[in-house]
Amino acid sequence: MTVPGPMPEALAEVVSDFADVQGQDKLALLLEFANELPPLPATLEEAAMEPVPECQSPLFLHVDAGDREHVRLYFSAPAEAPTTRGFAAILAAGLDGLPAAEILAVPDDFYADLGLAKLISPLRLRGMSAMLTRIKRRLREAA
Amino acid sequence: MPLPADPHPAFATYAHPDRLVTADWLSGNIGRPGLTIVESDEDVLLYDTGHIPGAVKIDWHTDLNDPHVRDYIDGAQFAALMDRKGISRDDTVVIYGDKSNWWAAYALWVFTLFGHPDVRLLDGGRDLWITNGRDTTLDVPSKQTTGYPVVERNDAPIRAFKNDVLAILGKEPLIDVRSPQEYTGERTHMPDYPEEGALRGGHIPTARSIPWAKAVDDSGRFRSRAELDELYGFISPDDKAVAYCRIGERSSHTWFVLTHLIGLPAVRNYDGSWTEWGNAVRVPVAVGEEPGSAPGSA
Repeated sequence: MTVPGPMPEALAEVVSDFADVQGQDKLALLLEFANELPPLPATLEEAAMEPVPECQSPLFLHVDAGDREHVRLYFSAPAEAPTTRGFAAILAAGLDGLPAAEILAVPDDFYADLGLAKLISPLRLRGMSAMLTRIKRRLREAA
Repeated sequence: MPLPADPHPAFATYAHPDRLVTADWLSGNIGRPGLTIVESDEDVLLYDTGHIPGAVKIDWHTDLNDPHVRDYIDGAQFAALMDRKGISRDDTVVIYGDKSNWWAAYALWVFTLFGHPDVRLLDGGRDLWITNGRDTTLDVPSKQTTGYPVVERNDAPIRAFKNDVLAILGKEPLIDVRSPQEYTGERTHMPDYPEEGALRGGHIPTARSIPWAKAVDDSGRFRSRAELDELYGFISPDDKAVAYCRIGERSSHTWFVLTHLIGLPAVRNYDGSWTEWGNAVRVPVAVGEEPGSAPGSA
């Protein structure tokens, strides 16, 4: 059990960017994130093409915890799923390169602070929490 | 004035061929007075990545649902939405969207609750339009109108509530359009939607499992009348069938097929669907592959 810690600085910055805009501008910002999701390194492109059994989710996630002080996160999602891309890009911008302990300490409900609940069905929004859960699970498995 | 129907021969055998348009027809009519194109997606950002020229966006969550009560907007809110989107009561509205038109069909069904006279679906939806490399734009139309009449929703003919479903158990056909795993109770949610679950898994007793996607081909276009007749042949024209899924969007797709392509006159969509039934206290639930029987009839 990891006690929720303070939010990592980079993630706090993203949250604050969202807090600064309202209404449709929040969606525009999420789309900016979606468009800036870094492409996968060539070494992972092939793995991303493989379908995950029993899962039609458009999200490909790779957690490289080889160096637990510097965890690398890789995401990929198709262009026709921009919201998924946007969520992934927020986590990439906020958590990529951090120590495993800091990622594990991120509050599971941090996404509530983005203020997207009125714009995106809250049920869908929890997809972001599911992404964070997957990342944390991989980190625990790799420990 | 409604625009003329798309005379495409593929639609000729459908009961209401005027409820569908092809991408070719739509391309040829973009910009024509009296036509409004509406995009309605599951993904809230998709419209802003590029859409059919002239199309306005209507969001199922923020535009069509009441923000507090689990219900649709009322007549005044719908009129205000139509004015905001530049839609007149006598406009021909063509709706399309992602995910094989799930949300487009849902929006069409909500338009029907308000009796909008001429509302159609783009066969194949957004995916086929994009796959075919047709024009898209980032321009958002700014046209607004005034004077869409306040028409109160008329739920009864096409919308079923939980008590309606309880009342017809064992008497009228029920169609469960979710995935087979949701039907049997193996899953309480769609494969990719882990947070939209229910406390109980399974289906409403007597419901047949006919996943919505059986009504479309690989390109997302509706199957032929003959194929649809075979698929839904167990429903007779006198039946008052009810379709349901998880929140009513996939079953709107099936409702469209049964109502407009096959022409069954009394089909209702149970939008409470499994997120209501699977969480309700003391309603009967069947698990496994068999439809099961209505309580008291076994």
